[in-house]
Amino acid sequence: MALRLPSLRRVVRWVPALCFTLAVLALAGCAPDGYPQTTLAPKADFAELLDQVFRRSFQLATIVFFLVEGVLIWALFRYRGKPGDAEPAQTHGNAMLEVVWTVIPAVILVFIAIPTIQTIFKTAEVPTDNPLVIEVTGHQWWWEFRYPEYNLVTAGDMHVPTGRTVDLRMTTGDVVHSFWTPQLAGKRDVFPGRDNRLWFRTETAGVYPGQCAEFCGTQHARMAFQVVAQDSAAFVAWREGLAAVSAPVAAPAPADSAAATAVDPLVAQGQQLFAAKACVGCHAVTAVGAPTMVGPNLAGVGSRTTIASGWLPNTDENLTRWLKNPQAVKVGVLMPNLGLTDEETTALVAYLRSLSVVPAPGAVAMTAAGN
Amino acid sequence: MAHDTAHALHPPTATGLDTRKLAIWTFIGSECLFFATLISNYLVYKGESLVGPLPHETSQCMLHGQMTTCEPIFEIPLVTFGTAVLLFSSFFVVLALNGAQQGNRKKLIGWLSATVVCGLFFIGMQVYEFYHFYHKGLGYTTNLFGSSFYTLTGFHGTHVTLGVIWLATMLVLAIRGKVPPEKSLNLEIAALYWHFVDVVWIVIFPVVYLMR
Amino acid sequence: MSTIAMGHAGAEAAPAEKKGLWSWITTVDHKRIGILYGVTAFLFFLLGGLEALLIRWQLGAPDKTFLSPEAYNQLFTMHGTTMIFLGVMPLSAMFFNYFIPLLIGARDVAFPRLNAYSYWVFLFGGLVLNSSFLFNAAPDMGWFAYANLTSKQFSPGLNVDFWIIGLQILGIASLAAAVNFFVTIINLRAPGMKMMRMPMFVWMSLITQVLLLLAFPIITVALVLLMLDRSFGTHFFVPSGGGDPVLWQHLFWLFGHPEVYILILPAFGVVSEILPVFSRKPLFGYAAMVFSGCFIAFLGFGVWSHHMFSTGMGPMADTVFSLGTMLIAIPTGVKIFNWIGTVWGGSIQYKTPMYFALGFVAMFIIGGLSGVMHASPPADLQQTDSYFIVAHFHYVLFGGSIFALTAGAYYWFPKMTGRMLSESLGKVHFWLMFLGFNLTFAPMHILGLNGMPRRVYTYSAGMGFEFWNAVETAGSLILGFSFLIFIWNILKSLKSGEVATADPWHGATLEWSIPSPPQEWNFAVEPTVDGRDPLWELRRARGGTLPEPARVSGKGIHLPSPSYWPIVTAFGTALTLVGFLMHVTLWVILLGVAITMLGIFSWAFEPADH
Repeated sequence: MALRLPSLRRVVRWVPALCFTLAVLALAGCAPDGYPQTTLAPKADFAELLDQVFRRSFQLATIVFFLVEGVLIWALFRYRGKPGDAEPAQTHGNAMLEVVWTVIPAVILVFIAIPTIQTIFKTAEVPTDNPLVIEVTGHQWWWEFRYPEYNLVTAGDMHVPTGRTVDLRMTTGDVVHSFWTPQLAGKRDVFPGRDNRLWFRTETAGVYPGQCAEFCGTQHARMAFQVVAQDSAAFVAWREGLAAVSAPVAAPAPADSAAATAVDPLVAQGQQLFAAKACVGCHAVTAVGAPTMVGPNLAGVGSRTTIASGWLPNTDENLTRWLKNPQAVKVGVLMPNLGLTDEETTALVAYLRSLSVVPAPGAVAMTAAGN
Repeated sequence: MAHDTAHALHPPTATGLDTRKLAIWTFIGSECLFFATLISNYLVYKGESLVGPLPHETSQCMLHGQMTTCEPIFEIPLVTFGTAVLLFSSFFVVLALNGAQQGNRKKLIGWLSATVVCGLFFIGMQVYEFYHFYHKGLGYTTNLFGSSFYTLTGFHGTHVTLGVIWLATMLVLAIRGKVPPEKSLNLEIAALYWHFVDVVWIVIFPVVYLMR
Repeated sequence: MSTIAMGHAGAEAAPAEKKGLWSWITTVDHKRIGILYGVTAFLFFLLGGLEALLIRWQLGAPDKTFLSPEAYNQLFTMHGTTMIFLGVMPLSAMFFNYFIPLLIGARDVAFPRLNAYSYWVFLFGGLVLNSSFLFNAAPDMGWFAYANLTSKQFSPGLNVDFWIIGLQILGIASLAAAVNFFVTIINLRAPGMKMMRMPMFVWMSLITQVLLLLAFPIITVALVLLMLDRSFGTHFFVPSGGGDPVLWQHLFWLFGHPEVYILILPAFGVVSEILPVFSRKPLFGYAAMVFSGCFIAFLGFGVWSHHMFSTGMGPMADTVFSLGTMLIAIPTGVKIFNWIGTVWGGSIQYKTPMYFALGFVAMFIIGGLSGVMHASPPADLQQTDSYFIVAHFHYVLFGGSIFALTAGAYYWFPKMTGRMLSESLGKVHFWLMFLGFNLTFAPMHILGLNGMPRRVYTYSAGMGFEFWNAVETAGSLILGFSFLIFIWNILKSLKSGEVATADPWHGATLEWSIPSPPQEWNFAVEPTVDGRDPLWELRRARGGTLPEPARVSGKGIHLPSPSYWPIVTAFGTALTLVGFLMHVTLWVILLGVAITMLGIFSWAFEPADH
């Protein structure tokens, strides 16, 4: 072995400092700011567990990377041949070195394997701390969320309370999907006829985007959802509001009541159209005990963050585009073009907007204006 | 058969093994994985059928458009006999090869004919069995058992058929006097394949028919 | 002492080369078949690259409508399938074909006509697969084709059928070739070339053939079962009949993970040939290289489920497959360290092949390290199906396989064509490819960790994915441009490149002892070897220089005759399977079987000699 030890010693002196600097720079390059769907800023216990293992392996890998690439590049400069060079020493190998560079990686791997195995078993535990069970069902291409505890169903936005573990029971209505909210938990695939599990508990209120992570057909890219984490008071207000949402003019209110005066004729027209234009064939508008239908449950759709499965902001303009020609907005979606006129669309938008979760009386106008 | 090898260039091969013999062994090694995958598939779906008929149990099944109770589908004695015939054919082909190597044409042709007849009998047994099972309500798509059973045994049956065609070709050549002792390797290679087909059945028979 | 015929005295004029299309159609010469593989695979590779550029263009900015979702899904599926089965694998096969016989001192492969058959089946398979574009029915469910999206219910079109049948045809080609090369390497080595004296490329090729022989039957069966589900109504992967979509994943990755090593081991071999020659010292740790290769292949069959951590297999399975996967890092590390040991203390000659080989080592380290990260299921639950994985396997397959195969192309081009590739264009090619590659794929690490999933035809503005995607698209254009330079280099050098001597690089292995390009029979006199670097030993024994080998007449050398039965049989094979593609058209299937049987019988009874 033509080991030029003096020069190697010189290198060894500045290697650790360099490695550290570069590792910091590398992590900075991946900084999660500005990435709402990042895995690097966990906001729930499950994601936190995963992140710890990742950071350990990333740090070790970074050190190995700079050491090995450093040695390689150094050798490439040090041993560049010049014309007329004599034949270099014909070394064939070194048994001691082979042992060393077999053992060192093995030792490094032990430091990754230990937290890995600990975390595998920790994340496989079944939560027992009175978790909130949510049944998640993937559909081509939207997500359905059921709350058996409250007999509620919704879609697109999954509301969860902060400070309480959420226990997800997951399956699919058609093909394989994968449920992924990077800031809260890792991926879990959903299979027909299987009940896959995932859990997390977040202490931080906020809206966390997620999306399907297993290719599931034409609109795989547009199969997103939001997890809306709320403190328990807001969560209770939401679920009570959702339970209360139903067709606003279904039951004629007393003529002198405030509610009756609030009913917009446009909304009433929209409600009639909803029934007449076959919307009801695929969509339910009550959240309590509603069965799974072809399309997402629309109770509370007016106050959801997004439409068309988690990616189109829930504005009147988008809703209009969507109703007029769903295929133009999202090719391949099951919802047909009903050939609505402008007038009909306006009425339907007004009706759907009225299907809002209203935490307190008087907030209707605010919600609508806010969107 | 013609020598499709460059081995004339290397009269002794690097290992001393004949190149074509090594090739058939390599091919057989690969074939093991085909059968292993199909047998695994059969085992994975064992007991997973949603409706009958089933191999060893009485079950509810659809027959002539109505649900009825179906008897277990397997008839072990027949297939045991078929298995024995197939095993004997492996023995016969060894005798035929022995005849070829000795230049004993009568022995070669006699035992090779016996091998081919045994192979044909096995195919016949399988055709009868499939026909019989079908009429007892086990169609190809009736349930997972039917699909995986027919696929596995059908794949094996295809191998037996190809083996019979190969051996029959060798028989025609032998009758025409084209399998002299120096060309007995041609028969040996066919025989290796035939042994493999038999050995696979020795695995399939207990796994599919006997194991409950 | 090795006996290798050099400067053959009294050489006669070489006979005229066989020319014309017919001579290529009927050729059984491993070198011509190698060239056929190389040209065909390179064209498919360019097609796959074009598909990648379209994908990148679509993703260059958020919410783009350059491609429809359907078109995008077809393109990413075909990109993956093409690069794996029609690009990298047959490019490796080019080197197997051309160089295994030369490196082991043989005149051809063990079964020359079977070799031709493999090529033609491969060609037909590639054409069938790509003809799907003409029917606007290119496969659109990903190269992994997860059930139950592939069931008739959710994929009613012919897209999946084209994929199944295309892969089945290609699988037949791979299996036939694997038997051939396995036997060739085991049985046709020149006298004195013991197993532990074989060039490392031959060793890695041998291991690759074993992987092919054991892995391809599994995918073949899986594809048959899927075809039965789709065309005959069985329920192997259909839940409504009790079938389990997860079984598909197991079968697919039981094949798919060894397939990864099928793609990378030949690259390891190429680099292990090039690094010693341009460092002017032998491969460091030969035995360790051999055993680490075997160990990688062995472990490769036991880690398939690390592709399935997110399916929820349970903690025990996760642990076992995770540890197994981490173990693979050890022999892989051994390989990298031995490559560094090879250049260490050498006298490095910076020629283009060396640039690419060193680029391979540098990039493969990155792919290896990111691989270790998602060997850990907790980390993988975030990384799987994200762009982090896309980054990882492109560092392994592009930074690894493609860099190494390009190195091999620059290294062996003089031997194959008799012309040198331009060094200056080669270095421009390298630096552009290196830059373009890293700009394209390095940012994918960042995007993946920040939540960008794979296989999405677009992403929304505001997710933060805009900047790096734009950088990647710019990088991919540079990467694409670098290949234009490569093509220009090839065309220019074929026409007017410097004429290559027999041994332009001062190589160590037998192929450099014969003229460039080699004559039809390779070795006029069968070489014998008694060491790992026979030509270096010979050169030392002769005081440093070797005479240029002369072209000889080859009188009296036995060669197999050309034959058209391989292409006929290959056509029959492909036609049989196309019959299944055409909604199981019986007459097409029977015609195909008839042609195949005719081909086999004619082949078997065809006189092999002139």
